[in-house]
Amino acid sequence: MTDTTALHTALTRQRQREHRRWRFLLLFIVLIMTSLLLDVATGPSLLSLREVAATLLSPGEADAMTRAIVMDMRLPIALMALVVGAALGLGGAQMQTLLDNPLASPFTLGLAAAAGFGAALALISGGFGLPPLIAIPVGAFVCCMLAAGLLFGLALMQHVSSQTIILAGIALLFLFQSLLSLLQFLSSPELNQQIVFWLFGSLMRSTWDSLLITAVVTVVCALLLYRDAWKLTCLRLGEARARSLGVDVSRLRLKTLVLVALMTATAISFVGIIGFIGLVAPHIARMLIGEDQRFLIPLSALCGACMLSVSSVMSKSIIPGALFPIGIVTAIIGVPFFIWLILGKGRKRA
Amino acid sequence: MLELDNLSLSIGKQSLVRELNLQLQPGQLHVIIGPNGTGKTSLLRALFGELPLQQGEIRFGGHTLSRLHGASWRRQFGYMPQNIQLELDLSVLEVVVLGRLDSLSMRLSDDDILAALSALQALGIAHLADRAMHSLSGGQRQMVLFAQVLLRDPQIMMLDEPVSALDLQHQLQLMEHLHHQTRAKNWVSLVVLHDLNLAAQFADRLIVLAGGTLQAFGPPSEVLDAALIHRLYSVPVDIHQDRDGKPYIRTLRQASLTA
Repeated sequence: MTDTTALHTALTRQRQREHRRWRFLLLFIVLIMTSLLLDVATGPSLLSLREVAATLLSPGEADAMTRAIVMDMRLPIALMALVVGAALGLGGAQMQTLLDNPLASPFTLGLAAAAGFGAALALISGGFGLPPLIAIPVGAFVCCMLAAGLLFGLALMQHVSSQTIILAGIALLFLFQSLLSLLQFLSSPELNQQIVFWLFGSLMRSTWDSLLITAVVTVVCALLLYRDAWKLTCLRLGEARARSLGVDVSRLRLKTLVLVALMTATAISFVGIIGFIGLVAPHIARMLIGEDQRFLIPLSALCGACMLSVSSVMSKSIIPGALFPIGIVTAIIGVPFFIWLILGKGRKRA
Repeated sequence: MLELDNLSLSIGKQSLVRELNLQLQPGQLHVIIGPNGTGKTSLLRALFGELPLQQGEIRFGGHTLSRLHGASWRRQFGYMPQNIQLELDLSVLEVVVLGRLDSLSMRLSDDDILAALSALQALGIAHLADRAMHSLSGGQRQMVLFAQVLLRDPQIMMLDEPVSALDLQHQLQLMEHLHHQTRAKNWVSLVVLHDLNLAAQFADRLIVLAGGTLQAFGPPSEVLDAALIHRLYSVPVDIHQDRDGKPYIRTLRQASLTA
């Protein structure tokens, strides 16, 4: 084979690799659309997929009852599952990239615990004079960003390593969990019940307004992250090598942390704590398409969206008529699936 | 010309390099040698603008390194740090193409991909283009990272122990390529090596560091002598000449240890 032919063969293979990744993105879009339809169809009054599709495509022609169920009750919740799942999946992927640690996620770094504390504080203090629907998300968001602020400070320092940020995050996790326990200890049984319910995580609190806010924040943050896709890929080569390629690592670290914190804090503050997706979705995406952030950023978001949407369907279907808290469902389904995946990956590499 | 004027470096209270004065010419390969922990890597990091200067100045092409111009200063460099621990799910080609980070668009152009492939081909490792980085040996990774740094098209090339994991064939291949490109592209090249014979074979100028100070600077044949090497490493050596007239160093076993 001549040199030129060899070069063109390698070029073709690279293009094939990229096409394969595009196919995974398309596959997840199809899965998400299917899951969205199922999510809207599932509930106390079961609708057929045809009814759901017809109502979504032309709401004016559907009967009033079906339209009310689909458009007012179930669609915002089903879309919220997609948006929150995307925010958590992408947030987790970037935490892992940034800190070069497969265990990093908004939860392991204490952001979710801080949000839980903020929500509990808002509940106990009577909402600081605001209605609970506003006070709880605001309390969760503010505390989450406060915890993230400490991590931002560390990220800005030149000689602070990723390991230090992870350790600080874990320390924050314990601090906010203890503070939350203290609040629960001091609160009345009724308030305690409300706190526990919030901590379970639920999409049922979603409204068109909360969906709009979460979607706008998630899309803007995701686009800003995508602009740095190449730099984030470089970061996977290690901080020293990324610097040697011209990446301003401290700046990239701070910018990414701010975007991830904003995105996850917004999502968590509206739906409560939904664990596991921020950890698992990025791993699944990485196993399918590798570390190229041009594809990993969208696929980890799509994968998170798909996982939460499927969990939402399952939470309504495990026992017909009963609704399991979705945070519990994501872990019960996710853990065995995840263990199966990582064991399979280990066997392949061995 | 890359000029180091009265350069001192420290981390906290620990002094790393003291009052270093050097003038490094384009088109020449400079090899830094010296015992472990004598500031070789710190010197490269300082030149790259990654380590603050305690005193002194670094100048290149009429510009002085300052905090303000970090990004544009670094753009002039190809810098290959030591670490080769890359457990990555990226193909070799995708790693090499990152050498063009400054100009990559979201869709990799054919030109970018072909440039990366040509760099791999020049080093005789084009057959690795499709392999995942995590499946490569340490030596193969080192060659891939060298291909990456070639793609930066720098004016100053700095390699920190680039042959530490390479077999004999690839050590020679990498050094020959570097030597040739340094002349062809008029790079100021700076390489940290521990193999004194390889250093003597390829260096136009040796920079000998010990205890953070410059011990000697000049062509290998003028710099390398048994007394200097014994002072640096506390190891007795014989120095011969190879057939090109370059010094060839043979270590002598120490009687106290062999008895």
